[in-house]
Amino acid sequence: MTATAPSLDAVIASVSRSKAVRARRRVVVISILAVLIMAVAAISLMIGNTVYSVTDVARVVLGQDVDGASFTVGRLRLPRMVLAIVVGLSFGIAGVTFQTMLRNPLASPDIIGISAGASAAAAFAIVVLGLSGTAVSVFAITAGLLVTLVIYVLSHQAGSAGTRLILIGIGIAAMLEAATQYVLSQAGQWELQAVLRWLTGSLNGASWEQTLPALIALLVLGPVLLSRRHDLDAMRLGEDAASALGVRIERTRLVVVIAAVGLIAFATAATGPIAFVAFLAGPIAARIVGPHGSLLVPAALVGALLVLSGDVVGQNVLNLRYPVGIVTGVLGAPYLVYLIIRTNRSGESL
Amino acid sequence: MTTAHALTATDLTVGYGDTTIISDLDLDLVAGAITVIVGPNACGKSTLLRSMSRLLPPRSGQVVLDGRSIHGMPAKELARTLGLLPQSPIAPEGITVADLVGRGRHPHQGMFTRWSRADDVAVAEALIATDTADLADRAVDELSGGQRQRVWIAMALAQDTDILLLDEPTTFLDVSHQVEVLDLLTDLNRRRGTTIVIVLHDLNLAVRYADHLVAMRDGEVYASGSPETILTPELIESVFGISAAVITDPTSGKPLMLPIGRHHMVDRGGPDAADGPAGHPASD
Repeated sequence: MTATAPSLDAVIASVSRSKAVRARRRVVVISILAVLIMAVAAISLMIGNTVYSVTDVARVVLGQDVDGASFTVGRLRLPRMVLAIVVGLSFGIAGVTFQTMLRNPLASPDIIGISAGASAAAAFAIVVLGLSGTAVSVFAITAGLLVTLVIYVLSHQAGSAGTRLILIGIGIAAMLEAATQYVLSQAGQWELQAVLRWLTGSLNGASWEQTLPALIALLVLGPVLLSRRHDLDAMRLGEDAASALGVRIERTRLVVVIAAVGLIAFATAATGPIAFVAFLAGPIAARIVGPHGSLLVPAALVGALLVLSGDVVGQNVLNLRYPVGIVTGVLGAPYLVYLIIRTNRSGESL
Repeated sequence: MTTAHALTATDLTVGYGDTTIISDLDLDLVAGAITVIVGPNACGKSTLLRSMSRLLPPRSGQVVLDGRSIHGMPAKELARTLGLLPQSPIAPEGITVADLVGRGRHPHQGMFTRWSRADDVAVAEALIATDTADLADRAVDELSGGQRQRVWIAMALAQDTDILLLDEPTTFLDVSHQVEVLDLLTDLNRRRGTTIVIVLHDLNLAVRYADHLVAMRDGEVYASGSPETILTPELIESVFGISAAVITDPTSGKPLMLPIGRHHMVDRGGPDAADGPAGHPASD
């Protein structure tokens, strides 16, 4: 076109070179995250009231009998560590799915009322209905799905679904939190303990029975989300552009919302809504991977790392033991404020 | 060169919610030509483009591509033949030009077969055609409006479709970039034979670049044909509601519309005859 038009071969070479550079960055970031998760996981097994050596921990993990360590590491710390990773991955991937689909970092399930719905239902089930255990979880999961349905229906209008959905979600979250507060005011001493776990999110008393449903949900629904990652990525260009690229918007949105809410609900049923993990994982992942390619896997890994290290900090660093949700909440709240200030200033999205 | 495809709307009725925007519209696209759709605001021209590319489902009637309803076709298959550049696509923050243009390859990629040599070639060709190859590694948000629009067109080119629809691709561009974008689309049409449909606001640019002009009013096709035959003062009056003169543009040989307003008209009794002392209309 111009006198100095570059040759086709040169441009092809440069296009595939930059593609390779971007791919390499992704691989490096994902590998580093995976190594960090393994390192923190190992630490979480070793330290606590009693500190065990790497060899003791390794022997327990491999199924050998080690005096003392078998119970503490095998029965207490190991399920706790696995549960932390499972819910972290679930919160991370589900959160970034919502944020990507609605092109807004505020669109995370813990901001738009899905987690609040699960908490309110759990509190109601414990205090008013006197339920416990699995029944509470079933209540919480159902409520999470119902709240999503309500938000979805209320905000469903041709065109600008995104912002409406977020605003309606924030309003519903506030209403549900008020309901939870009311139920709390009616709660007796011993119920209060059980309810509080549903409010901040905690890995205390983690057991294999608790971990299994969340793990199965992750193994089933995680691949469903991953199979849609390219469609989700195309939706970042706007729904019209994505549709023109051959993405079936409505179908993708339906499949992805059901899978993401399912993950959130099962993870919340296991540990309570660990504050801000779903909200933080995506933007942190976007910061370190850059704007290229799908964020689902990096955000899932960041989520796992947040929960795992938040719990290690909450259990060991301070002189009191804090539930993991308090640690992640301390991290997340300032970021939320920052994000709102920035969004207001520029009117931008993720 | 591309193969000729027939894209047709028959008895098309489209609307949002309770309002009907387009009713019983029939349109045959001329294969291998540049069709420009014009009309006043809210006449349904963008809606027509959106429903012809399956962004909007029809209330009744259908859009047919080579004998098949586009609403029944697999989405990716349609997207390999029919491309659309929407009015305001969104560039993810920080994305580079080459990556954005690469997104145009989405319909050519499966879940597991992601990136091939053919994709690299298509992206490189699109960058060269739009003269954006030297911007390839720049972030899209750093570019000027004209450069950015060329990058979006490059993305649509990388999609490698035989039909390309563009919804007001020149909005927000200054005049030199408007001409540049329309020249680029004409190059594409002449070189590759791509069938191009553009919704445009500027009637004179529409007339200049259109092989085939479609004038819409109130959700209907009011007139269509070559600009030379259909652009008359009567058409402009009834479609846009303004009286106008039509002369031959000395630079292009195409018709040129000259709107007649209430001010600055020479043949109404001298320059500014309608102006009162303070520039207000005179009260006769």
